[in-house]
Amino acid sequence: MYGCYSMHRVEVCLKSHLPDARGLGLVRDICDLGITTVSNVQVADIYWLDADLSPDELNLICRSLLADPVTQEYQYFTPATDVVEGDKGGEVDKQSHTIEVAYNAGVTDPVEETIMKALQDLGMGGVRVVKTVRRYLLQGRPDEYQLQVICDRLLVNPIIQHVVEPEHFGFPENPQYRFRLNQVDILELDNAGFSQVRQRFGFTDDELQAIIAYFHQQGRNPTDAELETLAQTWSEHCVHKTFKGKIRFGTTTIDNLLKATIMKATEELAKPWCLSVFEDNAGVIDFDGHWALCFKVETHNHPSAVEPYGGAATGIGGVVRDPLGTGLGAKPILNTDVFCFAPPDFPYEKLPKGVLHPRRIFKGVRAGVADYANRLGIPTLNGAILFDERYIANPLVFCGTLGLLPKDLAQRGQQQAGDLVVLVGGRTGRDGIHGVTFASEQLTEESTTVSYSSVQIGNPIVEKRLIDVLLQARDRRLYCRITDCGGGGLSSAVGEMAAETGVRVYLDKVPLKYAGLSYTEIWVSESQERMVLAVPPDCIDELLNLFAGENVEAAVIGEFTDDLRLQLFYNGNLVGDLDMEFLHKGYPQVKREAVWEQPQYAEPDLAKPPDLGEALLQILGSWNVCSKEWVIRQYDHEVQGASVLKPLVGKNNDGPGDAAIIRPILGSEMGVIVANGINPKYGEIDPYWMAASVIDEALRQIVAVGGNLRQVALLDNFCWGNTDRQDMLGALVRAAQACYDMATAYETPFISGKDSLNNEFESNGRIISIPHTLLISAISVMEDVNRAVSMDFKKVGDLIYIAGTTQNELGGSGYFGTHGFMGNNVPKVNPRRARELMDRLSLATEKGLVRACHDCSDGGIGVAVAEMAFAGGLGATISLKSVPLGEPVDRDDFILFSESNSRFLVEIAPESKGEFEQVMSGASLAAVGQVTDTEVLEVYGVDGRKVVATPINELKEAWQKPLRW
Amino acid sequence: MGKVKTLILRAPGTNCDAETAFAFQQAGAVATSVHINQLIRGQQRLSDYQILVVPGGFTYGDDIAAGKVLANELRLKLGEDILRFIEGGGLILGICNGFQVLVKAGILPRLSNGSSPPLTVVANDSGKFECRWVYLRVNKDSPCLFTKGIDSMYLPVAHAEGKVVADSEVLPELNVVVYYADEQGDNKAGYPYNPNGSAGNIAGICDASGRIFALMPHPERYIRGTQHPQWTRQGAKEHGDGFQVFLNAVKWAKGL
Repeated sequence: MYGCYSMHRVEVCLKSHLPDARGLGLVRDICDLGITTVSNVQVADIYWLDADLSPDELNLICRSLLADPVTQEYQYFTPATDVVEGDKGGEVDKQSHTIEVAYNAGVTDPVEETIMKALQDLGMGGVRVVKTVRRYLLQGRPDEYQLQVICDRLLVNPIIQHVVEPEHFGFPENPQYRFRLNQVDILELDNAGFSQVRQRFGFTDDELQAIIAYFHQQGRNPTDAELETLAQTWSEHCVHKTFKGKIRFGTTTIDNLLKATIMKATEELAKPWCLSVFEDNAGVIDFDGHWALCFKVETHNHPSAVEPYGGAATGIGGVVRDPLGTGLGAKPILNTDVFCFAPPDFPYEKLPKGVLHPRRIFKGVRAGVADYANRLGIPTLNGAILFDERYIANPLVFCGTLGLLPKDLAQRGQQQAGDLVVLVGGRTGRDGIHGVTFASEQLTEESTTVSYSSVQIGNPIVEKRLIDVLLQARDRRLYCRITDCGGGGLSSAVGEMAAETGVRVYLDKVPLKYAGLSYTEIWVSESQERMVLAVPPDCIDELLNLFAGENVEAAVIGEFTDDLRLQLFYNGNLVGDLDMEFLHKGYPQVKREAVWEQPQYAEPDLAKPPDLGEALLQILGSWNVCSKEWVIRQYDHEVQGASVLKPLVGKNNDGPGDAAIIRPILGSEMGVIVANGINPKYGEIDPYWMAASVIDEALRQIVAVGGNLRQVALLDNFCWGNTDRQDMLGALVRAAQACYDMATAYETPFISGKDSLNNEFESNGRIISIPHTLLISAISVMEDVNRAVSMDFKKVGDLIYIAGTTQNELGGSGYFGTHGFMGNNVPKVNPRRARELMDRLSLATEKGLVRACHDCSDGGIGVAVAEMAFAGGLGATISLKSVPLGEPVDRDDFILFSESNSRFLVEIAPESKGEFEQVMSGASLAAVGQVTDTEVLEVYGVDGRKVVATPINELKEAWQKPLRW
Repeated sequence: MGKVKTLILRAPGTNCDAETAFAFQQAGAVATSVHINQLIRGQQRLSDYQILVVPGGFTYGDDIAAGKVLANELRLKLGEDILRFIEGGGLILGICNGFQVLVKAGILPRLSNGSSPPLTVVANDSGKFECRWVYLRVNKDSPCLFTKGIDSMYLPVAHAEGKVVADSEVLPELNVVVYYADEQGDNKAGYPYNPNGSAGNIAGICDASGRIFALMPHPERYIRGTQHPQWTRQGAKEHGDGFQVFLNAVKWAKGL
């Protein structure tokens, strides 16, 4: 503890007559919990300053920095002298309950750093420490239990925060670290010892045996740093052991599933515009001959499950560093985010112990993504949100970033012996230690309390500053190689960078956030906002000056060698010494068995409803289909000024756009289309057709907005349950095989990907596995953005066409789902026929013939036509009799809601009819209706009877209501 | 005379500098992105430029309050340079975070007597970050040179703290340049037309001379026709509504 005489507590709150937006939001959240005894909440900010300050100085700090003179009032209190002063009037209401919440020790609070800087500007450089605390004043009569519930579910996340007593606030002092070399005895282990070491570092039996054999050869025991390095480098998260393993599937043996499917497709297609695939932090393709695009999507699932805000924020922070660490560095220009949660109305009483409620996860993830991406100034232009109860304990948070870099810098750099290892960006703390092994492990009930050190808290401004200065350093060619410091921290980043050279790292040179870190903690810490550079010695001074000029930290922490060894030092002591060969190739290949058998579901027993309007409203209002405007508007999708087609389109800027289009070079006419496909429901019937369907979905979104498939690159992201189970692994194999088949047939190569396996949760001996989830993300180069088409109906009297064939394919559909059925007829894909259809449709949009186009996905033709109508503020009449069928389907509901792939609804001006039909000749196509001025959607059944007659404002209301939060 | 020189101020967390520079370049100026440290350390001089822009972003994370820390830094470290720049006839434009910064630094509202009575920008009434397009009505009586010849604009906002608040005696003194309005131009329209609950539907103000202008909406995000959210319905205009703001500034600065 520092001396108490120097402690000052400053309280800042809104003047009482002003509405407190933060407080009102909390009142709503408390009501959502079913607690009605809280009438009002006031939120105040508390700052504890450790400094010798006079009352005049304190007043100056309050008036010119901490409190807004127009809207806020302040009060400060110095415990040692009992002096209370300020401009705050009024007494605290005796009826209220006060809860004060502070961050746990070691958790990064970005605000503290900013205040320190601002105090220096004010000439108050003598302030030693600042801590922020938030005070909630709850008015009303909540009982003890309700207060506890409010604390647990809304105010405090014990992973990062705790409740503090205002009178007993203290600054915990960080303990000093005393060096001691830790060796782990593995050379003479008994069975108990073996399994203890195995568990401590998360190795498999085979892996630990390989390690023991290696150190026997070396004639010594390993240090803890060496074992940690191996644990990080060999983790599923880093090496994708399952995908690269040997899998026996039926009568065949697959040696490296990734190479046998996804990478093989790319290799066979051999597109000349693929510049760097599967070898860098992101895949890179050519854009316009001068510039290149790189694209990567990552998941940040486990951290988001336990601390949604910080987990999702650092998910963004992490994936943004992928393009930044690709080639010689790309500027991040677009984000895409896809989330999978349990339904927000999931009953609290059914919530497994140790799991946060999906509503809280959803809100926290949304806020984390928005706060981080908005601050970085990267537009979040595209995404999706899906709901399924089995995501209850394992929510999925996919974050993707598109980057732009000069084409001649697209290849990964290469350093030479003697080049310096330079760590740039944020300082290193204890945050996120063991994140990688955590990400690869099963979550349990205790995860939300015991894995606290696995959670990282991000500071977006540190990352923004880093991006700004790095791109300048890149353009001056001050470094020859770059990589990001992500999972596994320095151990992964430096270890991988030096795989073909060798490196010596001096861990005591790493700038720390606070004292007390051991050499091993420094080496594996996953503190955010850090990158590693290889810098030639003759560039180092210029580089350090450039970074210093923008107050971004850069530290030389080692040098590359040519001895193919990883050597770690701490204050002159050798604390790690491994062969690169063993580190990167020494892990035993995983051998697994996989099986797959198609499950049989009951075919739904659904009466033919005479009126399909009700069913349509139900699907539109389902969690998966409903409007996500509440989320989208809280993301900045306009920053950088590049958007051409935004996520919300139509007459009132609120219709659901298919894919996003940006113009990365503001003065050019070329664009990039970003789309994604995901539908875990299909995977429950057959993961093969799920993968095929979601690839088709991503591609048809590209075509729907006016793009073509001439230059489309794909990313895969597999999120699966525990692939140690044979059927799980079999499902993974099926999905990967479809990726190969579809990519080769559509001629759309994969350029990068990622997997997150073991998304399972154990509670009371029951395993909850997520549904097999494959996200396909696609980018397409668009020659002329002026050809873009949005999905909203444009003009009364225009013709509505359906392109593509409708089949009896309602297995896993939204229609069956809203009636509680799964079915078996999963939508299939005929990629060659689909590609031909899509090529023709692309030609039609290129010729300017298409007024609006929307792909049919969840909810089929019914949802697509409804969305086009209400987005355009126009009515429509369609007839199901004209819909081209691939097989006899005698039910109107099945035709209207079938989710057959490769289908589009297209709006065409009457005068373009002839030319459009000619361009489309040979493809499955039919005129099915017309855009009307009635503001009603009318659908006629096969027998000519009217089956839907619903005003578009009713359709829209049903679609907007669920997430109007 | 050569091209007009525009200084796009960059500080930690600035993120609209590139598109703002593009807008000025399209309008015929030379736009240079300058880090605040370069000004403080004397590596760049404000007096070499005719226009100073504080662009959008989240300077210093908007920690404590949006724009507050940069506002203090400008006031305390560059206050005299800025005053000389203003007195020398320079133009200042603040967009979004730049609005928050100029107001909190006291560079605005700068009434005719040179004073800047307390005015602030706080969290939106909705409690949310709002990214949406808004209709703006331009006050014809405003001395603002940036908006000469403009009646109305359709521009995006993207902010969590855009609500203008001032004591009731200060509000009538302000030189309001742009109001949030509805499609018909009614500047009494409520949310979401007024996206943040701003007093008097104020979206932007200028000083008494009309040479210092700041607004919450982003004119630099509507320079090209395809930036409009409904260009696929209405066709793309050659220039977006925001372009004239930059053209006016460059034209004026050329006449200096």
